[in-house]
Amino acid sequence: MDKILEVNDLSFSFHTYGGIVKSVRGISFDVGEGEIVGIVGESGCGKSVTAQCLVRLNPEPPGFFESGSIKYKGQEITTMSEHELRKIRGVEIGFIFQDPMTSLNPTMKIGKQIEEIFIQRKLYNKKELKEKAIEILKLVGISDVERRYNQYPHELSGGMKQRIMIAIALVGNPSIVIADEPTTSLDVTIEAQILDLLKDLQKKLKTSVILITHDLGVIAKMCDRVLVMYGGKIVEKGNADDIFYNTKHPYTSGLLCSIASLETKKNEELEPIEGTPPDLFSPPIGCPFAARCEYAMEICYETIPQEYKINEEHSTLCWLEHEYAEKVTLPCKKQYEKEAI
Amino acid sequence: MGKYILKRLGISLLTLLVLITIVFILVRLMPGDPFASDKLTPEIRQNLERYYGFDKPIIVQYFTYIKNILNGDFGYSMKYINQSVNTIIADSFPYSFDLGMRGLSVSISLGLVLGIIAALNRGKTLDYMSVIIAIIGTSVPDFIIGGLLQYFFGIKWGLFPVAQYKGIEYTILPSIALGFYTLAMVSRIMRASMLEVVQQDYIKTAKSKGISNFRITAKHQIRNAIMPVVTVLGPTVASVLTGTFVVESIFAIPGMGKYYVQSVQNLDYSLILGMTVFYGAFLVLANMVVDILYGVIDPRIRVAGK
Repeated sequence: MDKILEVNDLSFSFHTYGGIVKSVRGISFDVGEGEIVGIVGESGCGKSVTAQCLVRLNPEPPGFFESGSIKYKGQEITTMSEHELRKIRGVEIGFIFQDPMTSLNPTMKIGKQIEEIFIQRKLYNKKELKEKAIEILKLVGISDVERRYNQYPHELSGGMKQRIMIAIALVGNPSIVIADEPTTSLDVTIEAQILDLLKDLQKKLKTSVILITHDLGVIAKMCDRVLVMYGGKIVEKGNADDIFYNTKHPYTSGLLCSIASLETKKNEELEPIEGTPPDLFSPPIGCPFAARCEYAMEICYETIPQEYKINEEHSTLCWLEHEYAEKVTLPCKKQYEKEAI
Repeated sequence: MGKYILKRLGISLLTLLVLITIVFILVRLMPGDPFASDKLTPEIRQNLERYYGFDKPIIVQYFTYIKNILNGDFGYSMKYINQSVNTIIADSFPYSFDLGMRGLSVSISLGLVLGIIAALNRGKTLDYMSVIIAIIGTSVPDFIIGGLLQYFFGIKWGLFPVAQYKGIEYTILPSIALGFYTLAMVSRIMRASMLEVVQQDYIKTAKSKGISNFRITAKHQIRNAIMPVVTVLGPTVASVLTGTFVVESIFAIPGMGKYYVQSVQNLDYSLILGMTVFYGAFLVLANMVVDILYGVIDPRIRVAGK
């Protein structure tokens, strides 16, 4: 599988009145052709910032790259000019945003918002533009397209708006689509429809997808590979199977434990991860999760662990993998194994 | 849409009726009356009062007045001998309207441009320059601006005539004096609104499509940012177009402003009422235009049953 996106040691921070917020602190990952990569983590862990870095949508300034590189098909994104970036955005890398209610311009017709990608590039005439828009609207499962084409966003339901967002992201036929929590603001039935649509289109168009979510259920349903982010770092990454059934990081394990499943009994309490995420104004010197980790050792507070490879794909950022560390069995791994059987 | 406008018209007429009633009562509650003067003998006074119908009960006067208004007749002025309120308005309003239109068209368009430029250059020199213009425009009263304009452009440099209203070169200074405040206000509101819109998610969506910053501003930002400006423009337009006493006085323009102020000083009942109703009707009309404009600009506000 060819890698079309390679991120190396990427760090991105923001200048604020209070000082520098280090949102992303040295992360590396890659995306292969036609692959769905999930990024999971709680609010404020840096997943959206990471996603927006990929097409430089973070406001710069106050945001800035501290280090690292992002290579899309060999082109370096971090040093690109605004002019070059415009050739990437939309047609090479599409973006689906979290909230379809606010992500569409309320004063512009749906059709125009879809066509806009091409208007600037002067690729098609008016009639062809409309054909393109109609075609993609049909593809994302919108009925009565001729009418929808001339409607405004407020005349559509939330689910339909998200379909429009997907249409906008896909109409330029990009190699990668970044979906930043595409279903967070939708109800569960619509969520399932949108995810099915996304997966379906991904197969049809052979697009790679980077799916950002805080819902492990979505990850399980959609993704080939998973990156678990915490405190601006990727604490565990690997194949979806490895992440769910061979969990190696206590944070991942904590996330898995805190999900309510169908088997959860009425009086059974969910197990939350105690504490709050670290302050990224002054991130801890050691492991960012140490303060909340029940397996934390002295070294965890002092030094950031190195990346331990479990297998070719699977790696974790945790001292527990060190040869001197006590061997522990992370709790939820077992539970999931049982369910899998 | 037609039904909506009809409904609005109905409400507007009701508003005007309330306005007439209140003003009708208020002017008569003021101490003194139009004919309170030492020069008039009691006999003449009585004749005048009979002539204007003051000897009848107030309720009869009221209904007579309403009846006359429905016929489009505002009655005769009580101070300007032999002039009907209608002719006074018809003579003076064109000047105020013409001056107001010039002042407004320049100040609104310039104000919008200034606000947009300031927002796009936030925190830079151009932004601060727009702040300075806005502060001067809102805090320096128009009679000072008018006086300064007259002194420098009229007397010192002799570029434009100092006063009166007889041709295009006469209109420039009063238009500036009149429009400066509106310009400052529009530019401030537009700037704030632009900065708010730029934070919106759909601007990020537009950016993610790879379209140019110019197109984002032109097609996505401005149309969404202009709403608050439209909101304040209704009352502003109405008051500027129906004449402003100060600017018209300074530049000796025979507009409505002078008559409005003097009618109150003279307790010229029919002129006060006529002017107020005219102004009220204009204000109601301007607000209605604003409401219709809302729908044109923002489809979410478009009324059902188009």
